[in-house]
Amino acid sequence: MDTATKAVGTNFFNRPTVRKLLILIAIYIVVQVLIWTDILSAYLQVTLITICINIILAVGLNLITGFTGQFSLGHAGFMSIGAYTCALITMRMPTIWGFLIGIVAAIILAGIVGLIVGLPTLRLRGDYLAIATLGFAEIIRIIFVNLDITNGAAGLSGIPQFVNWPWMFFFTAGTVMLVSNFLKSTHGRACVSIREDEIAAETMGVATTKYKVTAFIIGSCFAGMAGALYASYFYVIKPEFFGFMKSIDILIIVVFGGLGSLSGSVLAAVVLAIISTLLQSFADLRMVLYALLLIVIMIFRPQGLMGSKEVSVAMLKKVGKSLSFKKKERG
Amino acid sequence: MAILSVSKLTKTFGGLTAVSDINIEIERGELVGLIGPNGAGKTTVFNLLTGIYPPTSGHIILNHDGNQKQLGGLRPDMISKAGLARTFQNIRLFRELSVLDNVRIAMHQNISYGLLSAFLHLPSYVREEKRVLDESLKLLDIFDLTSKQDEMANNLPYGEQRRLEIIRALATNPELLLLDEPAAGMNPAETAQLTSTIAQIREQFGLTILLIEHDMSVVMTICERIYVMDYGKLIAHGTPNEIKSNPRVIEAYLGEDVNNA
Repeated sequence: MDTATKAVGTNFFNRPTVRKLLILIAIYIVVQVLIWTDILSAYLQVTLITICINIILAVGLNLITGFTGQFSLGHAGFMSIGAYTCALITMRMPTIWGFLIGIVAAIILAGIVGLIVGLPTLRLRGDYLAIATLGFAEIIRIIFVNLDITNGAAGLSGIPQFVNWPWMFFFTAGTVMLVSNFLKSTHGRACVSIREDEIAAETMGVATTKYKVTAFIIGSCFAGMAGALYASYFYVIKPEFFGFMKSIDILIIVVFGGLGSLSGSVLAAVVLAIISTLLQSFADLRMVLYALLLIVIMIFRPQGLMGSKEVSVAMLKKVGKSLSFKKKERG
Repeated sequence: MAILSVSKLTKTFGGLTAVSDINIEIERGELVGLIGPNGAGKTTVFNLLTGIYPPTSGHIILNHDGNQKQLGGLRPDMISKAGLARTFQNIRLFRELSVLDNVRIAMHQNISYGLLSAFLHLPSYVREEKRVLDESLKLLDIFDLTSKQDEMANNLPYGEQRRLEIIRALATNPELLLLDEPAAGMNPAETAQLTSTIAQIREQFGLTILLIEHDMSVVMTICERIYVMDYGKLIAHGTPNEIKSNPRVIEAYLGEDVNNA
């Protein structure tokens, strides 16, 4: 941890916050310019939205699995709840207000289901918890297949589209900021202490069950939000989109980026999307190459791209220094 | 009135009675030792007091500001809030976190801002975090660990890890501190330093201390009273001098009838 993040300023707009905001605004403007100038084709814009949705999903799952240490395999289940909630509301209320109400309802409903699922299952540990969450996600999917209102296996189509790049950026950046803030608070530290040593944590006064459930609910809420954004961008949702493989996809991003690193999750979502796009031209071999690449990367970097570290100004300076040092050596 | 009174405390694991019928009374401000051969059940008593195991039977009562609180059956975090803190025999630090975060996590129960403030870093967050940082650094300063605040706990040398465990326990702002073999694995010089540290924190924080220790130089120097356990039972209790000459204690440590051996 560098001294900048540790020194908590006394005024509300302390400097690290301002700096973060500036970086975010810069990213937004750059991408917006790329869209205006058509450098980002319509196809790449779809990839961009997918990346953002994956970032929200991965950041939420990382809070549960990477930071609090509770292995969940049911993240797609919460995403589907958000997707269906928002879709059903916006189809009846096809206005921007309907969309906003849909998103809020998606977040709340996913959170409530997170509470119902989390309370009994979070008493389990490790593999048992993973299997229990996997089971719950399957139950949710089967319910959507069998309900009339969700139109069964055919799913919902013709969902009004409200999500565009500005909305997507707002929700993605908001998610990362909120979770990053949470982790720097005493509540976030309580979550991390459970991962480190549960017995020591409870002996030091951390109500471990409460914080496991809290992390699980927060992660579920963001998954619900990601689902809502997905439904509102892609017109169509089907139960099969939110199966076991979707949960695994999200877990891959989290593990690949580094369990316990938010910037790792963001980076991994981007890198994996780029790899996937580059492999498009290999058609049949695409998934094989993708899997092979994952295996190779995990062999050479088992702790993920970032380990449990975050990208910081100090780290960038270090990288910059070592690069310039190498140049000098060569010269 | 005793700050801690334990009566008829018993713990069985299936058919095995690990601790039976333990009675302990500790007055406010006392420094009491709990000794006994390996496997006597000392750590089990600590685990019962701190709620890691629920007792099978018996009572644990903590007197705090005139309020009596029954601790048996409470969760460890509730017991911590009631004013009881401990260290562990096998160090249990948050290994992958910084020294500073280890201390700050222990202050969790005394931080009042809610989730909303945590998400948005509202003024209450800024104010409370500043207080926590100041108090943590003050504690680290007392134990000469300020320079290591950003170090990962796992990377500290053994003696400093033991010290950090004590700091972390103190950060919960306890009335009664339980130390489980604080001198284990230390050399004589480190042990001597630890002995004076324990005496010092007791003065400075107005603590009552119960300590498990195998190193008799520590126990005999600083403890005012000593309880001795063997095979899950209390076999003796008294001042260090009484304990030294107690035949049952000698028997427990050295075996029956030493002269015939």
